[in-house]
Amino acid sequence: MNGLRLGRAVVPTFAALGFVFLLVPIAYTVLFSFNDAAKSNLAWRGFTLDAWRNPCGAPRVCSALVGSLQVGLVSTLVATVLGTLLAVALVRGRFRGRGAVNLLVFLPMATPEVVLGAALVSQFLSLRLPLGFGTVVLAHVMFCLSFVVVAVKARVATLDPALEHAAADLYASGWQAFWRVTFPLLLPGIGAAALLAFSLSFDDFIVTSFTSGPFTTFPEFVYVSATRGIPPQANVISSAMFAVALLVVVVVQLVHRARRRG
Amino acid sequence: MSVVAALSRPPGAAAPPGPGGPRRPGLRRLLAPGLLYLVLLFVLPVGMLLATSLYAPVPGGELGEFAPALRWQNYTEALAQFWPQLLRSFGFAAVATVATLLVGYPMAYVIAVRARGRPGVQGLLVVLVVAPFFTSFVLRTVAWKQILADEGAVVAALRWLHLLAPDGRVSATPVAVVIGLTYSFLPFMVLPLFAALERLDPRLLEAGSDLYATPLTTFRTVTLPLSAPGVVAGTLLTFIPAVGDYVNAALLGNNRSTVMIGQVIDARFFRVLDYPTAAVLSVVLMVSILALVTSYVRRAGTEELV
Repeated sequence: MNGLRLGRAVVPTFAALGFVFLLVPIAYTVLFSFNDAAKSNLAWRGFTLDAWRNPCGAPRVCSALVGSLQVGLVSTLVATVLGTLLAVALVRGRFRGRGAVNLLVFLPMATPEVVLGAALVSQFLSLRLPLGFGTVVLAHVMFCLSFVVVAVKARVATLDPALEHAAADLYASGWQAFWRVTFPLLLPGIGAAALLAFSLSFDDFIVTSFTSGPFTTFPEFVYVSATRGIPPQANVISSAMFAVALLVVVVVQLVHRARRRG
Repeated sequence: MSVVAALSRPPGAAAPPGPGGPRRPGLRRLLAPGLLYLVLLFVLPVGMLLATSLYAPVPGGELGEFAPALRWQNYTEALAQFWPQLLRSFGFAAVATVATLLVGYPMAYVIAVRARGRPGVQGLLVVLVVAPFFTSFVLRTVAWKQILADEGAVVAALRWLHLLAPDGRVSATPVAVVIGLTYSFLPFMVLPLFAALERLDPRLLEAGSDLYATPLTTFRTVTLPLSAPGVVAGTLLTFIPAVGDYVNAALLGNNRSTVMIGQVIDARFFRVLDYPTAAVLSVVLMVSILALVTSYVRRAGTEELV
């Protein structure tokens, strides 16, 4: 195991510094959710639970949060369904133009968000679609779709087609085999893809700011308030989301482990 | 054809011989909705962007009034005016990408190789890497603004260490923007690197040392080449969004020495209502990224894009 000795202490030290770099702004965000500052949350003024007791105390912060949650849920649902179908077809299918479809799925990921935003808003304006919740969802589904396809494709590729053969041999119809065999096996991949889509949608700023018009999401609220000072309630909401997400990850891990044992 | 029949062909198997045209109506039906969506909301909008980039102002029209035309001068004019911002965006993104690689490789290596066989530790470290995804991206960028503030502890420490002039600052400089970009996209570098290093067979590393290679030689000749797909995926996932990003430049920069192309596109679109110039810059950005990515992927010799 000599090869692994490569800088026994040097590499972990650098890695630890990297983790610190990654986590310091999160710690900062959580810490400042307890700051005793009414509006502009810039300097530390003392510990208080005020913002946690009254998370909707700052104007418009909760309506922005609700907007983000609605957009995230609808976009995730649509993108996950469309993306899963695309992924299954792309992995199992041998049809003409498959390369072209793969390229088409890849292109939105290789396009900077500012270009996606500009392209979508050009389209929406020329179609005279009023910008708002609907256009934000249309835009989010588009950029989430590619990520869902990539995530689910990886899972489909690990499935043994023999399982579906076996189902067919046991007289399962096409749909039965899909719902009873393929779908449950794909579920962890689909779940991971949906989580990814939700986090991409919930946290998106650039595409959203192009397509939202008067509609406001949470990232937009934070961006707009950045110049005037962000209320500690924004830190509370972000910290609470963080806690919920961590909880979900832990529960998923525990269930996963319990299932493997049981 | 039933879904299960459509699903059941092993990957890699050739399509059955037959007259031309797609052979799998079942799969085509699965494909259709997503494909239609991408055509309507990606292909058509990008086409619209191309068209807009050639629009001409309506004579005597109001601000923001343009008509379809083939005004190719839009390109030369926009590039003549905004080439510094365009070049700067690629420069900042390149430096940030190299920085994420330098910071991210040891992290991915520790997670994949050192924590191998300890699923608890490994899981925890992966969660720490994806933790930023769970909190607001814009809010974290604002946090950096505060952390790097002139009167903050970080800047005070840098001054004390003489790494910064006594009156030196980090905030509102290109350095702050590059730090922000590095931070924002670090997880996108670590995750593909981790995936690549995890597939690495530890016996190869043992073989390296059995053959009297120094750890550094083993790393250079075994580990690094085998992690190449991760490096390629990571650099793409970092570089592409970093070029177009304007949140870091807007929040951490100062709007003179740090303006990135995304800020220009945003301002042309919404403040100046100069849609053709915004479209030209978007098209140039997209085409140059695609050209760079294609030649990079060719050179790296991997077909695995993401």
